[in-house]
Amino acid sequence: MEFTENIVGRKIPKKINGRKLQPFMGLGQYTMPTHKAATRIRRRLSGETKLLQSIDEAIEKSELKSGMTISFHHHFRGGDNLMNLVIKKIAEKGIKNITLAPSSIHPVHAPLVKYVEDGTITNICCGVTGPVGDAISRGKLKGILTVRSHGGRARSIEDGDCRIDVAFIGAPTADEFGNLNGVDGKQACGPLGYMVPDAQFADMVIAVTNNLVPFPCNNIFINQNHVDYVVKIKEPIGNPDGIVSGTTRITRDPIRLGIAKTCVKVIEGSGLLKDRFSFQSGAGGITLAVTKFLSERMKDLDIKGSFGMGGSTSALVEMLESGLFTRILDVQAFDKVAIQSLKNNPNHIGIGASQYANIHSSGAAVNVLDTVVLGATEVDINFNVNVVTESDGRILHGIGGHQDTSEGAKLTIVALPLLRGRNPVIIDRVTTVTSPGMNIDVVVTDYGVAVNPECKFYNKLMKLKGINYMKIEELRDIAYELVGGAPDPIPFEERIVAIIEHRDGTILDVVCQIKE
Amino acid sequence: MKILRSAQAGSLESQDILVTVKKGKAGTGIIINLDSPSLVQYGRKIHEEIEFVIKDFEIEDVKVQAIDKGALGFTIKARTETAIKRAIKKES
Amino acid sequence: MSKDVKIVKRTIEDVTKIRRTRLYIPGNNPAMIRNAPLFGADQVIFDLEDGVAINQKDSARILVRNALKSLNFGETEVTVRINPLGTEFFEDDLKEIIPTKPYAIVLPKAETHKQILQICDKIAAFEERNGMPIGTIKLAPIIESALGVLQAEQIALASDRIVGISPGGEDLTADLGAERTIEGEELLYIRSKLLLAARGAGVQVYDTVYTNVRDNVGLLLQTKKIIRLGYDGKACIHPSQIELIHKSFMPTEAQIERAERIIGAYKIAQEQGVGVICVDNKMIDVPVVKRSERILKRAEAGRRK
Repeated sequence: MEFTENIVGRKIPKKINGRKLQPFMGLGQYTMPTHKAATRIRRRLSGETKLLQSIDEAIEKSELKSGMTISFHHHFRGGDNLMNLVIKKIAEKGIKNITLAPSSIHPVHAPLVKYVEDGTITNICCGVTGPVGDAISRGKLKGILTVRSHGGRARSIEDGDCRIDVAFIGAPTADEFGNLNGVDGKQACGPLGYMVPDAQFADMVIAVTNNLVPFPCNNIFINQNHVDYVVKIKEPIGNPDGIVSGTTRITRDPIRLGIAKTCVKVIEGSGLLKDRFSFQSGAGGITLAVTKFLSERMKDLDIKGSFGMGGSTSALVEMLESGLFTRILDVQAFDKVAIQSLKNNPNHIGIGASQYANIHSSGAAVNVLDTVVLGATEVDINFNVNVVTESDGRILHGIGGHQDTSEGAKLTIVALPLLRGRNPVIIDRVTTVTSPGMNIDVVVTDYGVAVNPECKFYNKLMKLKGINYMKIEELRDIAYELVGGAPDPIPFEERIVAIIEHRDGTILDVVCQIKE
Repeated sequence: MKILRSAQAGSLESQDILVTVKKGKAGTGIIINLDSPSLVQYGRKIHEEIEFVIKDFEIEDVKVQAIDKGALGFTIKARTETAIKRAIKKES
Repeated sequence: MSKDVKIVKRTIEDVTKIRRTRLYIPGNNPAMIRNAPLFGADQVIFDLEDGVAINQKDSARILVRNALKSLNFGETEVTVRINPLGTEFFEDDLKEIIPTKPYAIVLPKAETHKQILQICDKIAAFEERNGMPIGTIKLAPIIESALGVLQAEQIALASDRIVGISPGGEDLTADLGAERTIEGEELLYIRSKLLLAARGAGVQVYDTVYTNVRDNVGLLLQTKKIIRLGYDGKACIHPSQIELIHKSFMPTEAQIERAERIIGAYKIAQEQGVGVICVDNKMIDVPVVKRSERILKRAEAGRRK
């Protein structure tokens, strides 16, 4: 295998699995395609029906064959049943060698491990959490896993890097003509943002629902002109308990609360916290607390922000309703309050993945974001971030919007405790680069705060009082001292099991099979 | 020193470790069975820490079962020491 | 005691240091111990007494000893609450903890002058055995009984090691047969008496814990009260109580401004050898200067955390 080195110092093979790879060379440094891909032309004549009675019938109508690529969304998160259901049927029909390209794979998809092992699924493109990631790390997938961010996935579909033959869209509510609604029905999940590129660019789009309503349904998120068939089935496509949490609770852990408070001080110190401020929130323990403290601070300073971006939570909705933001831009919802808000509040706007984060588009919302607060599994002394591989080398998480927001936002903060159990989080070299250090401005930990010398707010932030600033190397030293030295290297096999794409389609890093 | 009975120290709480020591057959040496979320990167270190404490007590044959929940060195050594002190204590 | 034994005396710093918060950390909890320097308390008290189950006393003692030996607690002052004299744990606690050099031993159930002397002798013996100057380890007795309160002056004056005393709220109210209230009337006399005893001995005085960790309103009320009485700090049982107590100790802008002017005028007066000085038409004497110094010290600490 021939390799080249990219600008974050990772060896990237020139070619893998028949695909030529471009190494990551920095913002905008690569050969860009000139035109987007085009989808198949359809024709529906008056009187034709789209309604089908079963998944089996849908698979037949879709003309799915061995070697094709299929997709699903992950808006049902831990409550998704649809992907397991469809793939079981596909396997029963003897279809093999499928490339699975959903927007994410979760622990609930553990049954898919069997279909990875038996060759039904041979390639996967998406972020993976749970047992499927574990299986891939142990070399069970015959082909390769391509990990992309949310924006990178939208780009790959629209550019034609990832051609989707059949998209199966779980629809909380649908009408028989193929209009899909995300906010009504038992599986109400909010926006169906991650599925918009699939609906627009897949050659065959099949909606599956438990809740068929007469045409036309309201709150349409995906339009009839993109949907080929609508399947109504009895078997639940999702379990509501796994889809949304009732309420998202703020952590009581004083360490995490302390980190969140420091984040707010840093945001304020950057000078960005003024009228028309925009912010992306997450549903993680620290980011949720940041949202809360930021609200309090905005109230104190009488600041009226412009928009908050989601993954929306009740905390973000509260900011909208109390006038701290004038709009929410929302690609997915995490709780019931957020879903209701999307449904009822015209200032809560659902958006698609491309509108959210596709670098190859005329307008990604991440580009107009002032601040984002993110997490990480590891950060190294060059500020490179790993969110994908665990301390034992296994692939256990997806990238989500990390790459997209960190590149787009003016100020990117990574907030995390310095240790996870005994594992240091700030280290010499991350196991896997999933967001390049050039996009990370500030690392906030419980032991101190490190500002990237390349950050354009560096001088301003360093003048801020009441913050325990350290060089990132000093944070690493504290971590190493606490845990008794640098971590032992993780033993890997030579075989590459996954490639980590940057949102622009170039390659940041590769992941090898773990040694057992 | 001689292990007189099986003994345990620590817990399964986050950042703690549950250490159980048992008498080992003569000549079998120090046998450590470790379960840890940090096994790949810090397993070697944890083994060293447990062994260090056992050797300090001049114990030759012992079976150690350690279930780690992300404990740091000071905790691992403390729990091992406590378990051993409980195991070698003369009066019951 | 041999003749060439080194002795360290208590310093002004020992009895004037900012100790607004003293956070109790259960001695058998590795996660809390590791995080001790991160909570922002002025002082932490690793607890081997009430915070540890009887059958885990050995375990906690060894854990705290190891933590003190190997962890860096930074600016946070580290103390250990040992088990009281007369328990089977007392001597072992001292034996393991003294060599790790905590700033102070927090002594529960302090009752008599004589008892304090006994304990100080024990500490001295362990200091000597470990090659430490006698008096290295300071002492902060907690008075938890009616008898102890009656002897508060003698306790506070018993040893040069003592840097501060405090009431033990729960045990005291039980001993008195009183009811614990948010207003704290049942402890008013005791708090006042301990304050007098402490000031008489030239040491600090710290209040007991506020046990309802979810009630910030009550905590604020009680903290303001003890600050008005003249207390130097308050114990905490949960890290979430720290910020509120620190805020309560923060002097107002007007207080800070006035204190700065007083200190400024006092310095000039000293340099020029002027005897009597006035600020805002009020005569400034040494007690006023001292109080102003304390205000500025608290303000400085408040700005940091």
